[in-house]
Amino acid sequence: MSMTDTAPAPSRLRYLWTATLRAFNTNKTSWVGLVIFVAVVLLAIFAPIVTPLDPLEQNILEKLKPPSAEFVLGTDGFGRDIASRLAYGARISLIIGIASTVLAMVIGSAIGMLAGWKGGRTDIVIMQAMDVLLAFPSLILGLIIVAMLGPSMTNIIIAIAMTSIPPFARIARAPTIAMKEREFVDACRALGFSDMRIVAGHILPNILPEILVMGSLWLANAIRTEASLAFIGLSVKPPTPTWGGMIREGFENILDSAWLVIAPSTAILVVIFALNLLGDGLRDAIDPKLKGEA
Amino acid sequence: MTAFLVRRLGFALVTLFAVLTLVFVLVRIVPGDPAQVILGDQASQEAIMALREKLGLNRPIHAQYLTFISGALVGDWGTSMVTGRPVIQEVLNVLPWTIELTLISLVLGIVIGVPLGIAAAVKRNRFTDYAARIASLLGLSFPPFVSALLLLLGFAIILPWFPVISAKSGSFSAWFQSITLPAINLGLITAAYITRVTRSAMLEVLQEDYVRTARAKGVPINAVIIRHALRNALIPVITIVGLYLGILIGNSVLTEIVFSRPGLGKLIVGALNQRDYTMLQGMMVIYTLVVVVVNLATDIAYGVADPRVKLK
Amino acid sequence: MSEAPPLPTGPVLSVRNLTTSFRVDGVWRSVVEDLSFDIGPRETVAIVGESGSGKSVTALSTMRLLPPANSRTAGEILFGGKNLLTLPEEEMRTLRGNRLAMIFQEPMTSLNPVLTIGFQIAEALMYHRGLDRAAAEAEALRILERVRIPAAASRLNDYPHRLSGGMRQRVMIAMSLACRPQLLIADEPTTALDVTIQAEILELIKMLQDEEGMSVAFITHDMGVVAEIADRVVVMLKGRKVEDGPTSQVFKAPREHYTRALLAAVPKLGTMKGTDQPAPFAIVDQASGDVVEPPPRDRRVDPEIKPVLEVSNLVTRFDVRSGVFGRVSARVHAVENVSFALRPGETLALVGESGCGKSTTGRSILRLVEPVEGTVLFEGQDVRALDKAGLRAARQRMQMVFQDPFASLNPRKTVGDAIAEPIIVHGLADRTGAKHRVAELLTRVGLSPDMAGRYPHEFSGGQRQRLCIARALALKPKLIVADEAVSALDVSIKAQVINLMMELQEEMGLAYLFISHDIAVVERVSHRVAVMFLGEIVEIGPRDAVISNPAHSYTRKLMAAVPIPDPDRRKARRGLSTTELPSPMRKADFVPPPRQWRDLGNGHFVMVEHAHDA
Repeated sequence: MSMTDTAPAPSRLRYLWTATLRAFNTNKTSWVGLVIFVAVVLLAIFAPIVTPLDPLEQNILEKLKPPSAEFVLGTDGFGRDIASRLAYGARISLIIGIASTVLAMVIGSAIGMLAGWKGGRTDIVIMQAMDVLLAFPSLILGLIIVAMLGPSMTNIIIAIAMTSIPPFARIARAPTIAMKEREFVDACRALGFSDMRIVAGHILPNILPEILVMGSLWLANAIRTEASLAFIGLSVKPPTPTWGGMIREGFENILDSAWLVIAPSTAILVVIFALNLLGDGLRDAIDPKLKGEA
Repeated sequence: MTAFLVRRLGFALVTLFAVLTLVFVLVRIVPGDPAQVILGDQASQEAIMALREKLGLNRPIHAQYLTFISGALVGDWGTSMVTGRPVIQEVLNVLPWTIELTLISLVLGIVIGVPLGIAAAVKRNRFTDYAARIASLLGLSFPPFVSALLLLLGFAIILPWFPVISAKSGSFSAWFQSITLPAINLGLITAAYITRVTRSAMLEVLQEDYVRTARAKGVPINAVIIRHALRNALIPVITIVGLYLGILIGNSVLTEIVFSRPGLGKLIVGALNQRDYTMLQGMMVIYTLVVVVVNLATDIAYGVADPRVKLK
Repeated sequence: MSEAPPLPTGPVLSVRNLTTSFRVDGVWRSVVEDLSFDIGPRETVAIVGESGSGKSVTALSTMRLLPPANSRTAGEILFGGKNLLTLPEEEMRTLRGNRLAMIFQEPMTSLNPVLTIGFQIAEALMYHRGLDRAAAEAEALRILERVRIPAAASRLNDYPHRLSGGMRQRVMIAMSLACRPQLLIADEPTTALDVTIQAEILELIKMLQDEEGMSVAFITHDMGVVAEIADRVVVMLKGRKVEDGPTSQVFKAPREHYTRALLAAVPKLGTMKGTDQPAPFAIVDQASGDVVEPPPRDRRVDPEIKPVLEVSNLVTRFDVRSGVFGRVSARVHAVENVSFALRPGETLALVGESGCGKSTTGRSILRLVEPVEGTVLFEGQDVRALDKAGLRAARQRMQMVFQDPFASLNPRKTVGDAIAEPIIVHGLADRTGAKHRVAELLTRVGLSPDMAGRYPHEFSGGQRQRLCIARALALKPKLIVADEAVSALDVSIKAQVINLMMELQEEMGLAYLFISHDIAVVERVSHRVAVMFLGEIVEIGPRDAVISNPAHSYTRKLMAAVPIPDPDRRKARRGLSTTELPSPMRKADFVPPPRQWRDLGNGHFVMVEHAHDA
């Protein structure tokens, strides 16, 4: 009748660790994504050490030079070292990307959970609003917001966050509704727990994996949107280096020097691809439907 | 069926109103005086006052709102502050270019993406699947302007097969020359997205009980995939692709810039750079209209495809 | 009139040393081991077992429907002179749906939602008989009529979502019979159906079997169904065959301990006739065959004690909105004018089929769903009149145990936390005190206190239900609503959990509102029974009176439909009928008619029937 093995149960931390490892191992490509992304983050943090040259220092005599010993990736139209600009540009992309994604994740999930939990009119109204924003070309939306508010770092973070809120709302709402129907929520109500306790203490921990995975995928998107905005000319003002801005400058000189475009393009591609690998691999891990045959 | 349409139309109108109001508010949220921003720091007070009068900024806010909304519904979206021509005319001039690019890219994306997605789902966890997944992930990872630039570099500059400026029209070959690279750019990115979505929908459907029933009946495997599985998988794919249309239109902005192609994208960027506020406002209206129409079309397509949707 | 095809000689299906293995997380595990049995012509063989016994996998192995990447089969399955396991896929495909057909458990998801019913039936004919679409659909119509679908012609062009579960199962049967197979494999086809519908489907299968002269392999866990229809029985446990023989021999003189244990755990409707108290099960140990008889106890309830729960004229309705403005277009009359009383230490069972309102009644009492009218007096207080704080306090003393033990536990909380949480939230103890109490409760329900740190997925179904019971007991309730609490459990586990519940009742004076569709179980555990139909109680009274002497026509129909696990009492063939369970959804302006009751004495009441009742 009772369980035969009564070995002591693992601690909570250990359980989380094993679960995380298992998630990463489901699709090994997520490790590749993680490693690359961490490498980029380290590069951004240690930029002054890795690329000791000043990214803002102009040197007209050296302009548009191909890669050499001194300028590892060559120089741009103002004679600035591309490698340094790339490393410092990573900071901008990462800061804007991470900040806007976290902001969108928190606000969007809260909205989605509210809509899912309350249901009825509240749900319909909220989701209609989200659906409209969702269908709106996010680049255009971001563009307009930044144009209206002015291109500062904060404003760009807000603009990108706003375009990312609807997907998070969506991604938080569906499992909230599914959880709401499950019997353990009824059991919690029957046990006299308040709504807040149920949503925050019971439902949220269950949908957190989905939200976090979405977060990593949207980080990729946020970085891409920031680069696109920079390309159009709506990101942080020069001379601060941004990858999109560097590509824009490169575009203007494209007939003369292709590597101005190639270096930052590769950087963006690598980061986004890494994050996509990471997020996609993790998503395979948590999606029960894609799990297996049996 | 009519009640269903009426209800969807109703929602569409409400959405239209809501977004138009949002646009109205957004444009007026600009810190500082719009007239001042337009004319620059050196402008004189009289010039600013004159412009404010011209733009109607001194009228009470609800009067401005009414003019805006009634104008928007009628088709009067204001006049460009830079060219002096009505916004609607400017838009109609370039609209065909954007529509053409978007449609061709969508078709390309579907033609490549759907079969690839099906193949990946059916041959799950084998080589075809892995190849399709990595390729589509890579395709999705390219910011559209990066891929456009690489295409430009590769096929217009290094190998001068296509023009650097894709704005020719007239003969078929000129048209073909100017649309190919932009369409390939957007088309491949769209294909990457559609591959993923189709694969996921197919995987889910292939696990369903009714597919097992079809196999138990002895239906040949191809018929199981196409008639039993795909018909069901396409339902969510239609919705998602409909939503993606919005993203596609946004992506066309970047492609148009890189390939110097006329279109809505270039118009809006031009308006931004030149601070043409009425143009911007008008463009928002048109984007909203497009989104609402696309949503409506998607809903209807979904209702037609899925017999469970009660078209009450 | 179609003619039965000529009888082959020798067994139709011969399974020899079948071993099926699955690869899970890289490791191969055998799910069916060394299984051998035969199915003769025109024979119905029941394959019986609890979950994990491998019975479904056996069927899928025979049809070769297992996923090739992660499964392996060994041994032989002989059919029509060929070994099915080594046949090339294309040849196997020509057999499926043709000589060899299968129907599945879940009628709601087994039909393709975007194809018409007519087409889905015609498809097999088109592929295996080369008919064109028109001819195939004409034949499909004939088959639909044979399975007694009303208005078959109009159903041909309908989509599956317009049919109820019972109707869909008939369509599945029609689909499988289209090409007149020699062998029909039925994998739990009636498990998901209501008992009156089940009786009709079983009757239909028997009749079609006679007409077609085909053999049937009937997979089930329900011993009552086995006794009703099977000629021979194969008992499986953990992938192996335990016993095999003619039905009456297996039931009356089982050779193996496991079979005996299984049969002992199956409640047989009618064995409690003449008794007035509930009785726990005698547990037969699966390994040793030892019988543990429950100690005799007095479980009578004093009728003079004040009831702990008094429900009067309870009404719960759900609005259905439609149209552009969301007007109320219809209402579901889930609970209509329900009244009953429950005393401490008593078990009142609410029985009925889908849509009768028994579950909603339980939830309305706890106000998990808000009733529209009526009073619910719990320990003298009107629960409906309580404010939020009052309701929270009241909820300590009335608890609920749900049907799905896995869905009832938060997968991300350890079971210790899950049980301790209500204690802490209601301030009954601090963390340390709660830990002690959790250990106490775990022991009380037969689990070890060391298990408090584990997560729900590490437990079996029966253990999880014990955990849910422990959690319900944490607040020292006086009333427990058991909403199909044992329905999802395996037969032998069901008996053990029921015994536990009865012990707890006796020890703590708990009152149970036992909601169930399983009348045989209800017979064992209840003091009183109320039968519900379309939201109303049609009959209520002492258990023996209602079950052995039903007065209402619906109760009689219900009792007659229950399959009895005794081959000698196999029911006389009834003839085919097709009923649909009526829906409790009514137009928005519907006013329920006034009802009258007849007092049959001794607390037995029955609703007076009128000709125009549903």
